[in-house]
Amino acid sequence: MTASMNASRWSGLRNASVLIAALLVLWQVLYWWVGDVALASPLATFRYTERLVTGETFGMHAYDTLRAFTIAFTLSVVIGLAVGFWLGFAKLAGDVLEPMVVAVYAIPKLTLYPILLLAFGLGLSAKVAFGVLHGVIPIILFTLTAVRNTKPILIKTGKVHKLSPGQTVRWILFPAAVPEIFTGLRVGFSLTLIGSLLAEMFASQRGLGYLLMTGIGLHNVELIMSVTLLIIVFAAGVSTLLLHIDHRLHRRT
Amino acid sequence: MRRATIYRLLVVAAAIGLLEVLCLTGVIDKITMQAPHLIVRDLFRMLVSGRLNGAIMKTLTNTLLALGLALSVGIVVGAILHRYRALRDTLDPLFATYYAVPIFAFYPFFLVVFGLGDLPQILIAFMLGVVAVIVNTLNGLDRVPTVLLKTARIMRLSSMDTALRMTLPAAAPYILTGIKLAVAYAFIGVIGSEFIMSRGGIGYEISFAYTSFDNATMYPLIVLILLASITINAGLSRWEERLLARRGLR
Repeated sequence: MTASMNASRWSGLRNASVLIAALLVLWQVLYWWVGDVALASPLATFRYTERLVTGETFGMHAYDTLRAFTIAFTLSVVIGLAVGFWLGFAKLAGDVLEPMVVAVYAIPKLTLYPILLLAFGLGLSAKVAFGVLHGVIPIILFTLTAVRNTKPILIKTGKVHKLSPGQTVRWILFPAAVPEIFTGLRVGFSLTLIGSLLAEMFASQRGLGYLLMTGIGLHNVELIMSVTLLIIVFAAGVSTLLLHIDHRLHRRT
Repeated sequence: MRRATIYRLLVVAAAIGLLEVLCLTGVIDKITMQAPHLIVRDLFRMLVSGRLNGAIMKTLTNTLLALGLALSVGIVVGAILHRYRALRDTLDPLFATYYAVPIFAFYPFFLVVFGLGDLPQILIAFMLGVVAVIVNTLNGLDRVPTVLLKTARIMRLSSMDTALRMTLPAAAPYILTGIKLAVAYAFIGVIGSEFIMSRGGIGYEISFAYTSFDNATMYPLIVLILLASITINAGLSRWEERLLARRGLR
């Protein structure tokens, strides 16, 4: 068991390194092909990133993004779990509202950004609202499905033990649904991040997304690539960690 | 199920009614939002006058092109990756983190390489959609029952026939899930790129209307996109349900 887990961890690490190496080679080759106008070479980007991160304004932008993202993700988790458990429990409410939630999942939410801007104004609340709008839906859907698919025998066992509804959630439904819920949180993490970044790109005057738009506006290739690189490293790092926990939770059951 | 449908319509009607009341009583002011009946009227006028038909056609054409490209490339790549385990394992972390990356950051790069035309927008929309198609194609191929493939072998089907008559139909419901996501992503890609920098299209018109406080153009256009994507999605969902029902899965 431990041996095979170790083996899978090593192969995971090897896969990740092969992928990173391949992407770096691709990047360099693309750079040689299109030249300085459109791309910065990996080396130049790393150098610029170092200067950017140690520069004065970067801390402010990063803090702003992180703050908006943290608030948005916390709200997504709380609202998503609450609505997910409710719709999973209440049969009629679930039947009525689930298709609507699915429909919201599939609409291009970016088109709604002018409305959010008008409603919330430029700034933190618009970013948070946009992040939640993106992130809350997968958490609702995964939680709902997980609660609905809990094996009836577990719930019956709870009834035999005369558990109250609160205790049923605490000791039976929640532990049984945790792996699926975690998958929802993982997807929700990515989407909340992209939601808050998109809001910053289109509707903000601070944050990494705004920095990215500045780069696009000024056609500062190094700035664009550095910010993208930082976002990718952050997103990929956290996603890999979450994916790892996700796999372990699913293996346990 | 029918009762749920009726309740759903009631919920939607109540939400629109509430918006209408809030707008008419002035709780939501005119600069923020127009009353729903005015939006419908403006949408109707806009479509009849044909003022923005060019922009609408441009966006829809680009979205369709990107969608077609994402579907054909995504399904083929998914099928190839399903064959080669090592390649798939290597790309897995990329797929897992792909949607946390702002793909729009690549738009200026495409603008420089291909110029300010339709191609950069189509490419962004394609990049957004293709991974959803790949991931769901892989998922669908993973779930093709072994017994079907064994049956195909007993019937001595050629590999082409096996793919067309066994694997593809069995994986179709899952691939459809990918297609539904790709529709949304294609719209997001094209309209988002038009927001950032373009010479026309619905996204361009929306952001132009936004900056000039022209709610009579902005809201109808937003509603139009939402209606288009919800209609396409509902159609695909119905198809998906039929496929699943035929297989006794629902």
